[in-house]
Amino acid sequence: MAEATIDNPALADGDEGGVRRRDFIEIAAVSFGGVGALATLYPLISQMAPSKDVLAESSTEVDVSAIQPGQAIKAVFRKQPLFVRRLTPKEIAEANAVDVGSLRDPQTLEERTKEGHADMLITMGVCTHLGCVPLGAGEGEVKGEFGGYFCPCHGSHYDTAARIRKGPAPLNLQVPEYEFTSETTVKVG
Amino acid sequence: MSFPWANHYQPTNPFMRWMDEKLPLPRLVYNAIGSGYPVPRNLNYWWNFGVLAGFCLVIQIVTGVILAMHYAPNALVAFDSTEHIMRDVNWGWMLRYAHANGASAFFVVVYTHIFRGFLFSSYKAPREMIWLLGVVIFLLMMATAFMGYVLPWGQMSFWGAKVITGLFGAIPLVGEPLQIWLLGGFAPDNAALNRFFSLHFLLPFVIAGVVILHIWALHIPGSSNPTGVEVKQESDTVPFHPYYTAKDGFGLAAFLVIYTAFVFFMPNALGHPDNYIPANPLSTPAHIVPEWYFWPFYAILRAFTFDFFFVPAKLLGVLAMFAAILVWFFLPWLDTSPVRSSRYRPLLRKFIWFGFVPCMAALFYLGGAPAEEPYVMFSQLAAAYYFAHFLIILPIVSMIEKTKPLPNSITEAVLAKHGETAAAE
Amino acid sequence: MVRLIGILVGIFFSGWLLVTLAVGFFTWASEPKVETAEHVFHEHPKELHLASDGPFGHFDLQQVQRGYKVYKEVCSACHSLRHVAFRDLEQLGYSEAQVKAEAAMWQVPGIDPVTGEATTRPGTPTDYFPKPFANDVAARAANNNAIPPDLSLMAKARHNGAAYVYSLLTGYQEQPEALLTEFPEAKTPDGLHYNPYFANLNLAMAKPLSDGQVDFDDGSPNDLDSMSQDVAAFLVWTAEPTLAKRHQTGWPVVLFLIILTVLSYLAYRNVWRNKEH
Repeated sequence: MAEATIDNPALADGDEGGVRRRDFIEIAAVSFGGVGALATLYPLISQMAPSKDVLAESSTEVDVSAIQPGQAIKAVFRKQPLFVRRLTPKEIAEANAVDVGSLRDPQTLEERTKEGHADMLITMGVCTHLGCVPLGAGEGEVKGEFGGYFCPCHGSHYDTAARIRKGPAPLNLQVPEYEFTSETTVKVG
Repeated sequence: MSFPWANHYQPTNPFMRWMDEKLPLPRLVYNAIGSGYPVPRNLNYWWNFGVLAGFCLVIQIVTGVILAMHYAPNALVAFDSTEHIMRDVNWGWMLRYAHANGASAFFVVVYTHIFRGFLFSSYKAPREMIWLLGVVIFLLMMATAFMGYVLPWGQMSFWGAKVITGLFGAIPLVGEPLQIWLLGGFAPDNAALNRFFSLHFLLPFVIAGVVILHIWALHIPGSSNPTGVEVKQESDTVPFHPYYTAKDGFGLAAFLVIYTAFVFFMPNALGHPDNYIPANPLSTPAHIVPEWYFWPFYAILRAFTFDFFFVPAKLLGVLAMFAAILVWFFLPWLDTSPVRSSRYRPLLRKFIWFGFVPCMAALFYLGGAPAEEPYVMFSQLAAAYYFAHFLIILPIVSMIEKTKPLPNSITEAVLAKHGETAAAE
Repeated sequence: MVRLIGILVGIFFSGWLLVTLAVGFFTWASEPKVETAEHVFHEHPKELHLASDGPFGHFDLQQVQRGYKVYKEVCSACHSLRHVAFRDLEQLGYSEAQVKAEAAMWQVPGIDPVTGEATTRPGTPTDYFPKPFANDVAARAANNNAIPPDLSLMAKARHNGAAYVYSLLTGYQEQPEALLTEFPEAKTPDGLHYNPYFANLNLAMAKPLSDGQVDFDDGSPNDLDSMSQDVAAFLVWTAEPTLAKRHQTGWPVVLFLIILTVLSYLAYRNVWRNKEH
């Protein structure tokens, strides 16, 4: 039948070089399409990352002038609580009296505050265990066995330098990046 | 599958063999859009639009699900959240423009797909069910598109919602309570916006379900073709893959060039400026118009300006608008010609190209024009032809028309065409 | 049966439409045409060319900065810009410190930290441009019963928006004699101002800008025409700050797809090379 030659590419293709060039075109077209599909994924994925308005709010300024020794305030940093606490000399002494080597997450109070502002303890108010907000910053709240913060969810106790001393939390309360822009103003983030 | 010569799925890879025993999904795909589906070899570019429509649905679902991650369906913040997507969300402007223009692209493709059906009488037996399901898909698309347009809560969103739900108010007795029930209030507000959002999210998945039925029904008789002669022998067909995957791939790439040109360079060309004004229940835009894809039906709605005895003009317009689409459901029985393709139906072909096409072009134009003379008179003329075409001309022409002789088979038609071109050269 | 009912329905709809058409045509042809002043004297926007036009359009940042200055010194007295935040100004080429200083020059609504009462405070980069009026009632009361619209999306919320803004700002004039003779009842009412580029010819906003009203540091021309163009350019930016990025992304995408189209066409021809169809 005449159709055998029409329908059968193998019979119709004379030279092998032609076959290779033609296959190359198909491979090129499919790979090009694949690259395009992969590139399309980029915006589809990155749209879930924080949007511009969220990123713009990623730094917070806190006025610390009104905080008296022994007092703490809760500010908001990246939609999470931020504890700003002015330590009393007694609390500083207690924190410095601890043997750093014996701690679960060894850090000195000095490492956790800024030079010249050793009494300003600024930490995230997020328990390092599972993310609850510990007590101790508000007026009259339980401060735990070590006089710092106490997380009631699973009983983590933090000392006056907000270091983990007892309970399931693995790490000290996180100290965010911050700087004093003036004697009374702190820029966090 | 009714073609004895169809390729059989024979997995060689042990994993694929195991898979085939447990869940024969690869076999399903192979038989649906793979080498196992024999397709007439003579399909032209009109047949590209089915796959394109499916692709548009995918674009809309993907971009739509993403937009729903950032959008807030609350009348107080809906407009602002849309602007939040445009300004702050990473690539949000692109995703929203892709979705808005994706709706237009979907309708362009589907209108072309439907017109292919008119031109080649694809609705005729044995493919009535495919056609009926297609009309259902189209109705669902219109509902989805209408509700989606309300979501940005701009002026056109609000007044579109008010006017379209107002159509139901034309129904005697139950109309007004029905309209209030639809809106969950006396005017579009939070209740309406929330339910429209919910349904706008749901309906595309219903559409996807009906699309699967549409394709399932298609695979029983197999695809139609430009000659309208049924497949008779193996030489009439080629396997879907690689022949039509290659052709559809080309069609898809060409479509994407035009689509992305709209998305990136003229994203608002098909939209209305008034929808960048937040919804204001106290001030109506000068010209309320729906999106362009509703214009033919909107023109038919507005063409009725006189009461017919006790039937008010408003109700007549609403009935006519719905009838304009519902009439498509009856095409398989209105057209009694034994011949499908308009290639062999000279009289119908003339009515389609010189009657129906100008009529639709006019309706598209007039639906977007202001409701004043002489536009209303032209839309009355065009709407009159629209109904006459499907309900009077088509049944009569299909009975009296002297058709041209059909080729004996697809292969014969193909070889004859190539013989002609060879002779012409 | 289907055909019979179909033909009857068809005759009903088509017939009634033709009857309506005939009556409508008779009325239309016999009734005198009523012209309105809006129809005769409304003008389409003047031609305006901005750097942001066309598929290669980008922002002329110097011009947009000038437009911002005009907004700040003139428009902002009545018009809000509620979708734009001060942080967005960084896109106009201002440094972070400049944006912070700029934001602090605006008073935004705030809460007194001691008493909790509503007050104002200097803006920060994350704040949005403040509204000049507390609410719509106040806006109406202060502006002859017309609410000054928000300007953030103005360039997209009107047909040919940028040219419309430019034309409106430069289009104030005396009512033409011809209008007053043809349509004596269309005389601009007291408190409104004639402008042929406004849809109904008379708007509540008095001519807001005039030659030399704003001074630019770089000595750019500050005649009415130049400043109006600057404002238009600024509003194109506020309406769509992502416009330049859209164009920049679009070109590689479209060119890539054109190559893909050519490749897939060749692949299609290759697959079908021995199959007549």
